[in-house]
Parts: sequence; structure tokens; C-alpha cells
Amino acid sequence: MTAQAAAAPRPVAHRLAVLGAGVMGTGIATLALGHGLPVVLVDVDRAVLAQARDRVAGQLKLATMLGPSGGRAGTGVGTGELATTMDLRRLGRVSAVVESVTERPEVKAGVLAAASAAVPGGTLLVSNTSAIPIDELAESVPHPADLLGVHFMNPPYLIRTVELVRGRRTGDPAVAAALSLLSALGREAVIVGDRPGFVVNRILQRMVNEAARVVEEGVATADAVDAVFTGCLGHRTGPLGTADIIGLDNVVDSLTVLLDRTGDEGYRPCALLLEKVAAGELGRKTGRGFFEYGGAR
Amino acid sequence: MSAPVHAPRPDEAVTRDLLAFLQRRTRTQVAADVDLFGSGLVSSMFALELVVHLETAFGVEVCGPDLRLDNFRTVEAMTALVSRLRGGGDG
Repeated sequence: MTAQAAAAPRPVAHRLAVLGAGVMGTGIATLALGHGLPVVLVDVDRAVLAQARDRVAGQLKLATMLGPSGGRAGTGVGTGELATTMDLRRLGRVSAVVESVTERPEVKAGVLAAASAAVPGGTLLVSNTSAIPIDELAESVPHPADLLGVHFMNPPYLIRTVELVRGRRTGDPAVAAALSLLSALGREAVIVGDRPGFVVNRILQRMVNEAARVVEEGVATADAVDAVFTGCLGHRTGPLGTADIIGLDNVVDSLTVLLDRTGDEGYRPCALLLEKVAAGELGRKTGRGFFEYGGAR
Repeated sequence: MSAPVHAPRPDEAVTRDLLAFLQRRTRTQVAADVDLFGSGLVSSMFALELVVHLETAFGVEVCGPDLRLDNFRTVEAMTALVSRLRGGGDG
């Protein structure tokens, strides 16, 4: 593989494998399907995979309703075909693999190793990690040049911009392939360096932790914390509402990744966050986090 | 079999169901003409729950050009949508 080969513009028939049918995996699948790309969605949990089809169908509707960025209803572009499997060896031909499993280094490393064994060398491997350095994950794949990070935000079918993380060993062809894929998905990439948490989560997760600590110490209520950020700073969502969208389990996992790699105590998950995760109050996806979402979902 | 004379019109039943659903989910008494998104009562993400509720409660399918936020902005708009998708009903 050479840089020249990647520089030549070529039409690519994208077909995506998305690994992990959780909140982000189904969201990324929705984004791709809404842009007409076929997707094979993989998960080890049969029940999760069965629910994923309904979830994707609903999210496609939401993407259509909430703007042109997600679905393409009305533009004549059909929805891509969705396949599901529990067997990583049955991906078929794919132009890219997007890993979107739990934010645990050992889980991601295992899945990336298995995925890279299932596709030919030179196939783009994307990790949707929130915080784990790409060069660290690259240890688990035979062709580190194929791997890079694309940090989609939740919900990926509504947020147009992503962080694109280039690791020390990421090759030019992989970057070119990722930019081609993101263009097909209607996303804009901001290229950032490969440090724990990259840019968004290095800053955001610490802010969420501090915001939770403010509530824990009784300095302000969750409503008050977010009201200050939305009212005074004009943020669309405050830090705790944002944490509820991300999922508090993912927040704790990301903080742990950051703490372990930086030694910075500011990233140690505060007691209130840990309590909420232990109680199953994970945010929007469970109907309750720092705020209530009706209780039914 | 004819309906009893005091039976509510079908669209009134839809309105009542939607008001009850919203009260349950938002714990707020909602008026049929209030802008649910504009008032900040629910976020636009809640639109998906409204779609799912309409489809499961009233046996309609919302798709294509009907997937517009304006169709879900008020209880009145949703009632009209259900009425239309049911083939006009009495609306």
C-alpha cells in the first residue's frame, strides 16, 4: 500500500460491518443505512441483535424527522440493506469495519483482533472508542496501518461532526478510506491527535465528573448545574444532560480509561456517578440518570 | 352493530389517549394545542416515542413525507395525522 494509491480518487462501493449493537452501534448503523449504505451488524448477544432491527427502524424515522443530516427521505436515496450476525467470520465483503463495543480496553482489543482476522489486510478498521488511544488498540491487530479512530457522538445519525484520530502507525490509505466513508455518510471530520480522550472527552468527561461532584456535594442541583451552562454559556445541553445522553456507564468507563492513562485524579469517577451506575440509572437509555425520562425506557 | 349514541368520536378518543400518554410521560397536564417541542416540555428526541406510540396504539404506520416534526408538534396535529392515516375517519 502506498500513499499514491490512496491519493487517487476512486468511487468506492461502501459496505459497513458494525461491531456491537448497543446505543452507538445501532446509531452508526442507522447513519449508514440512512445514506443508502448496506450494513452488517454484529453482536454476541442474540437478544440485543433482535432488538437492534426495531431500534434502527425507529432511529431511521427520527433521523428523517429531525433534519437532512441523517436519513435521506425525499431525496430519492433508498435505505441500505441491514444484515445481522453473531458470527464475526461471516461479515462478507466489507469496505470498512467499525468497532463500537463497550469502552473497555480488553473488550475492544479482543474484538479488533477477531475482526482483523476476518477481513483482508488493507480493509479499513475503525474504532469508535471514546478515549482509548488508537496506538494502544493497534497492538491487537496484525496491520496497525489499517486502524484509526472515528469518534462519533451520540446520536451519530444527527450529529454531523466526528473526531478522526490518527494513530502513530495509521497509514495514509486508511485515512483516505475513512474520509471517503465519512463523506458518503455526510459527516465532517476534525482530525485530532492520539492521546487519551482525544479532544472532546479529555475535556468533557472531566467536566461531567466535576458537574456530578457539584451535585454530590450539594453545591447545586442537577437542574441548576445544567441551567447555568445552557442559560449563561448558551450550551444546547448542560454537562449532566449530556452525560445522560452518552450513558453514565460509558462516562465511568471513559473516566477510568483517562485516569489509568494520565494518573490525573480529576478523572477519578466521583461517588455519585458510581452510585448511579450501580443502581442501573444510566441516563436516557434506562429512563433515568441525572434527570428523568418518563421511566418507561 | 351500531355504536352507542354516547360513544366518543374516534378522533376524540385519540386526543384523550394522547393527552393521557403525555401526562404519564411528562408528569405535566398538557393542552391539546400546546407546542410540545417549542415549549420545552419534551426534546425533539421524544418525537420517536410519539411515532412509536401512534403506531402501536392506533395501528397506523407513519412513514415517508408524514415523518415531519410538525405532525407531532401538538396533540391536535397528531390526532389529525392518525385520522388521515386511518383513511379519513370522520375528520
